[in-house]
Amino acid sequence: MPSLKDLRNRITSVKATQKITKAMQMVAAAKLRRAQASAEAARPYALRMNAMLANIAESVAGTPSAPALLAGTGQDKTHLLVVCTAERGLCGAFNSSIARLARDKANALIAEGKTVKIVCVGKKGNDLLKRLFAKNIIEFVDLRAVRYIGFENADQIGRSIIARFEAGEFDVCTLFYSRFKSVIQQFPTALQIVPAIIPEKPEGVVASAAYEYEPDEVEILSSLLPRNISMQVFSALLENAASEQGARMSAMDSATRNAGDMIKKQTIKYNRSRQAMITKELIEIISGAEAL
Amino acid sequence: MAAFAFELVSPEKLVFSGDVEQVVVPGTEGDFAVLKDHAPVMSALRPGVLSYTDEKGASQAVFIRGGFVDVSATVLTVLAEQAIPVADMTEAAFAAEVDLASTLLAAALTDEGKRLAAERLAQIEALRSTLVH
Repeated sequence: MPSLKDLRNRITSVKATQKITKAMQMVAAAKLRRAQASAEAARPYALRMNAMLANIAESVAGTPSAPALLAGTGQDKTHLLVVCTAERGLCGAFNSSIARLARDKANALIAEGKTVKIVCVGKKGNDLLKRLFAKNIIEFVDLRAVRYIGFENADQIGRSIIARFEAGEFDVCTLFYSRFKSVIQQFPTALQIVPAIIPEKPEGVVASAAYEYEPDEVEILSSLLPRNISMQVFSALLENAASEQGARMSAMDSATRNAGDMIKKQTIKYNRSRQAMITKELIEIISGAEAL
Repeated sequence: MAAFAFELVSPEKLVFSGDVEQVVVPGTEGDFAVLKDHAPVMSALRPGVLSYTDEKGASQAVFIRGGFVDVSATVLTVLAEQAIPVADMTEAAFAAEVDLASTLLAAALTDEGKRLAAERLAQIEALRSTLVH
């Protein structure tokens, strides 16, 4: 039976924890709003780029001049997995669900006898994956110093992916991140970026035959594709940022609620034992008086 | 003159969307002006100044760091890597652009990549001398 003092200490400590989780929840909510706004702001560019890519790829696809980023290397031996996670924990299953998806994919590929290379973006994913795939991790991109993700950050990652591709280090590249649906729903997603998957052509777009290209299709496409990779990394990072904050918000919300429940339980226990002590003392006094 | 729809987007945001009379874009093969009912064209852009004239006849100039333009029957879309109003292009902003272009040049692997990066750096340097006084 814990003493009254123990109980009191326990309650104070849970209350302090509750204050922290509550504050973290509110900070996450504010950051989420910002992350969501920047994810939305990036959408028009991605949409227009997709439309343009769909248009132009149609006229180049299948021809021998199609760039390798679109057509692939013709092989399927070495896979590069780019795993984007958060830099910080305390956000529920967010990091582990992305890492799990990447891990399953890596294991499946290794079982097929393929070579797997991993680039980790974000510390948490690196921590989770390095236990199993220490040999496979070839790069770790640290974004801890970055407060708000800008296109430059994504462009750097995109450029390093392309440099590796040009050096013939991999054949297929897949991007892992978490798609943001709502505060309580985030979907870990795997997206193949090399060779590029050409988006469906939106309806109402003029046939590409009517277009004139300057300098020419192939040249535009070969500068458009690397751009598109950077853009896909950028939107993945933005979606990730929104998902992370959303996940943290709901995780901290339930932590706050749990702390509340615990405080309630402990308070009842505290009051009961206080009452019991008083009763005991009274009984002692009364029985002492009666004995006289 | 008749107005048509124009959109200028950078990865971070939609910079401009509205009706304009005329747009002059810095294509890799040379600047060209787009008016209403222009034939469909798709072109790569070099770092340079894009200017557009809105319906009231007021003209705006924006620095863009390369990108693509898509002139379709209905809308003119410019995908810029970065778009900064010319008024905000200070010496420091140019220095940052030059820095970035130099790092890209240093990082280029293939001869083709090196040629492109060197070309871009030269274009930015040229712009700097015309815009900053």
